[in-house]
Parts: sequence; structure tokens; C-alpha cells
Amino acid sequence: MITLPDSTIWLVIALLGVGTFLIRFSFLGLIGDRELPPWVLRALRYTPVAVLPGLVAPLVLWPAATGGEPDLARLVTAGVTLVVGMITRNLVAGILSGAATFYFMLWLVG
Amino acid sequence: MQEGVRKYTKSAQYFEGLRYGLPFLLMVMPFSILFGVVATEAGLDLVQTMVMTTLVVAGASQFAAIQQMVDNAPVVMVLATSLAVNMRMAMYSAALVPHFGKAKLWQRALVAYLLVDQSAAVAGEKYEAEPDLPIPLKLAYLMGVLTPIVPMWFLFTLIGALVGSSIPDGFGIDFAVPLTFIALFAPMLKTLAHVAAAATSVILALLFAFIPYGLGLIFAALAAMAAGSLVEVWMSKRAAP
Repeated sequence: MITLPDSTIWLVIALLGVGTFLIRFSFLGLIGDRELPPWVLRALRYTPVAVLPGLVAPLVLWPAATGGEPDLARLVTAGVTLVVGMITRNLVAGILSGAATFYFMLWLVG
Repeated sequence: MQEGVRKYTKSAQYFEGLRYGLPFLLMVMPFSILFGVVATEAGLDLVQTMVMTTLVVAGASQFAAIQQMVDNAPVVMVLATSLAVNMRMAMYSAALVPHFGKAKLWQRALVAYLLVDQSAAVAGEKYEAEPDLPIPLKLAYLMGVLTPIVPMWFLFTLIGALVGSSIPDGFGIDFAVPLTFIALFAPMLKTLAHVAAAATSVILALLFAFIPYGLGLIFAALAAMAAGSLVEVWMSKRAAP
């Protein structure tokens, strides 16, 4: 549960909205036709795969729901979702196979 | 080329775009319902959930912001992490400059507000194939693509937020966010460079987990971007004759 005060939640929403728009508007609106160094463009290409896996790793390995103890159901679910996502290249296939695995594992283990 | 004439109207382009965009509904629906559920389960009210989704229009970063707020991270770190997830859009923005760089300001602002992964796909496929299409027609095509994506993202977030509060605790909904993130980045692991970036990110994020305020993740992400870039350069050098 989020325990932050309402004003903080609104601040996050507003700044995230403005910040995201500025990122999207960056080249289209502000930078225009000026060229970026290739190494910057190259690095930008890797931002999602550089951020998301690191964000997820501790949540998978040390889930708050189990008090930070590694949990078989969550580890297996993460593995299945990753493999299915890599093979099918399909977001929904990954989510559905992960959810099915998770509930199956909870039923099996729990 | 009789069809060639009819093809070049705004409505024809719009419907051509719509046909391209429709299959994405299958991804948008469950993903946005899930966001509505997760956001309200985490404690956002209906108005906060809907304002966030219409202002940000970027699912992954919205999930990241919710997760970081649940973890009680400071505001700066919530923003740094969530905005980092959206940095790829700077690249998409750059990709659209050749096509909309000379468009009116309101058109560029609209394209920017609606810039999603599929916009970049359109730039890569449609506009590359027909670079001389006039700007209003390019815009009409893009709006067609985005019709089943952005408004539907809003609608199904609302539906998810409305049903979210009726989902009982202990349903394992806590794992919906990590699961969604894995499903999001797994299809991006197309090359060795992407895999290297992801692996670096995971290993360093775990090693740096002791660093407070989510700073460990920022360091891990920067190192991962460098790793991806280096492997890409190395691979292209190897491929060169």
C-alpha cells in the first residue's frame, strides 16, 4: 500500500506527466533537426532493457509479500514469463503464461 | 493506378492506420485493466489513477511509479526511475523528426503527447516506405494507428480501476507488476547487446540493492546502457569484413 500523503502522490503524477511529455517533445519540439552524437542515440536504444530488468530483479528475488524470503512460485513464474516472452515476442502471451504459472504454483506449493 | 488516387485522402490514410493499429487492442486491454487494478489496489483513488494515466500515457513508467511509491522511495527517486523507463521515447522523438520536423507546433505537440512504442513502429515501417507523404496524411495515418491504443488505454484503465477495489487481498496481485515488467522487456531481448544490457542491469541492481533511495538502480541502468552500447559496437566490428 502507498502510505504517502495525497499531496506527494499528486506531485509525482504532475511531474511524471510533465517530464514524460518533455522527453517525447524533446526532438520533435525543442531540438529539431540538430543531430545527436551516435553514442547517445545508441545508449538511448538500451534504456528500457537497462532499467526494467534491474527494477524487477529484487522484486522477484526478495518479494515483500514473503517478507523478503526467496519464493519458489515467484521464481518459477518469472522464468516462465521471461522464456515465453522471448520466444513469442508477445506481451500478452508473456503476461497470461506468467499469471497461469503463478496461480498453478501457488496452488501446488501453498 | 486508380487506387493510388483514392489512397491519398486523409480518411483513407486514417482507416489504413486503424487497420494497422487494431491488433494492438489485444495488448492494450489486459495491460490497462491491470494498471487500473494495480493502481487502485496500491491505494490511488479513481481520480488520481485516471489523471495519471491520461497525463503520462506510458504504462511501464506508470507501473514503475506505483511500485516505487509502494516502496516509499523519495519523490526524486520515484521520478528518476519512472522517467528513465521513458527515456527510450527521446529516441522515438528523434525518429519522427524527419517526418514531422516541419509540421506546425500543435501537430508536433500532439504527436509528442501520443508518442508510444507503436508511433516509432509506424515511423520505421510506413513513413520509411512513403517518405514523401504530405504531413496531414502522415498525421491522419498515425491517428488511425493510435485510435485503438490511446483512448482504449484510458477506457480500460478506468474499468480496471473500477473493478480493482473488489479484488480480495491475498490474491497474489503483488506479483502482477514484476510479471508485467518481465513480459514487457522479454520481447526486447532481440540481440546479444540487449541481453548483455539486461543481464548487467539485473546483476548490478542486486549488488547495489543496499544503496538507499533507489540510486543503486540508476547506477545499474547507466552501466547496463554502456554494456549494451559496447556489445553493439563490438558485434558490428566483428560483422564488418
